[in-house]
Amino acid sequence: MCLAIPARVVALTGGDNAKVDLGGVRREISLALVEDVAVGDYVIVHVGYALSRLDADEAARTLALFAEAGLDVAGAVGGDPP
Amino acid sequence: MKFVDEFRDGGLARKLASAIRAEADPARDYAFMEFCGGHTHAISRYGVTDLLPPNVRMIHGPGCPVCVLPIGRIDMAIRLALEYDVTVLSYGDCLRVPASEGLSMLKAKARGADIRMVYSAADALALAQRLPSRQVVFFAIGFETTTPPTALVIRQARALGLENFSVLCNHVLTPSAITSILESPEVRAFGTVALDGFIGPAHVSTVIGSRPYAFFAEEYRKPVVIAGFEPLDVMQAVRMLVRQVNQGRAEVENEFTRAVTEEGNLKAQALVSEVFELRRSFEWRGLGEVPYSALKIRKTFSEFDAEHRFGLACIPVPDNKACECGAILRGVKQPTDCRIFGTVCTPENPMGSCMVSSEGACAAHYNFGRFRDVPVVAA
Ligand code: SF4
Repeated sequence: MCLAIPARVVALTGGDNAKVDLGGVRREISLALVEDVAVGDYVIVHVGYALSRLDADEAARTLALFAEAGLDVAGAVGGDPP
Repeated sequence: MKFVDEFRDGGLARKLASAIRAEADPARDYAFMEFCGGHTHAISRYGVTDLLPPNVRMIHGPGCPVCVLPIGRIDMAIRLALEYDVTVLSYGDCLRVPASEGLSMLKAKARGADIRMVYSAADALALAQRLPSRQVVFFAIGFETTTPPTALVIRQARALGLENFSVLCNHVLTPSAITSILESPEVRAFGTVALDGFIGPAHVSTVIGSRPYAFFAEEYRKPVVIAGFEPLDVMQAVRMLVRQVNQGRAEVENEFTRAVTEEGNLKAQALVSEVFELRRSFEWRGLGEVPYSALKIRKTFSEFDAEHRFGLACIPVPDNKACECGAILRGVKQPTDCRIFGTVCTPENPMGSCMVSSEGACAAHYNFGRFRDVPVVAA
């Protein structure tokens, strides 16, 4: 029951609710537990409630760390993660 | 899909795998516990184990809310429905968990109990409003992720003046479960279960933040890396753990920075502490009674507490004798160590709770890992 995929907010529907897109599936969720979410933001949804917002810059940073793994192995200078 | 596909990239997975292989010291073994059922599922589903070197082993932890629910609590829900003629609402996964006398919520339903599945706490509240002539009880389970929604509907029920809605609260706390594993004789008595570090939960940590884990790092000298639920997240976390072990560090690191902050979701935390307080003790399947490991509804909201409203007590019930769920949840045994795994006990007919939810260790191994152990013979 903990499985979830990031959802994109497509519309604010009044109250604390929003319509989100979950990989093509639209559904209504609650934003009552998060603050300042806007249309276009990605959120983590769990049992019908958004728990947090996904930060695109941080995601890019994590992906860059993955890519660096390849370099380490290729013999470049490996180092500690920042 | 954004935030998904790039975290499942097969090429990157192989690169991360060779990075782990290069960094893992061949002269030693590494054993890491993924606390959370979501990680167990990802590891089995994407074959992460196959990508890890043989000296890096993953141990499934107790972080599946359905798997740790003791029989006695499910019996309470069934008793409410059958004896008190109450409408019981529950998240779907709970319905098939085996209870006493060969029953489950699903089987009780077949005997006429009004037990229904809901997708969210909000649905439960809405249903109570639609059924004013019935007492409606929401069977609330889960870790820190499902607790804030439950708190929210309890507050809404009060605001609406609802008199037919209450909650049977089974909410449990992640940090206390980790403590209990670290304190267990198998882990403490040197050599039985080696545990070199933890992969910290993804969604739970969005709520509680990364700070609560600092205690394990300091007190027990175990590294913790909080990771997202995608396979590359898990592999990167393993790599970070291997590094910490190699360098003799025991720190809390956060791989899931795109969603988890140090302080977590303060709004959700405030709501939870308004409605809930600590229980002195709570029974976990597999871990037994764990002190201060669960929440109960505060006195100020007692009219919405089903235990209070119906004067219910939990009667502890021992698990099925053959079932090894307890040892599996503590990381001492593996699903295949159970005599009835895959024969008597299957996802269609679960004997223990680890086989019920797709995040349970037994179900995950049955669905995705079962044939890995079978040697491939050329025809
Ligand atoms: S296979 Fe079934 S009975 Fe055996 S430990 Fe797993 S859930 Fe329990």
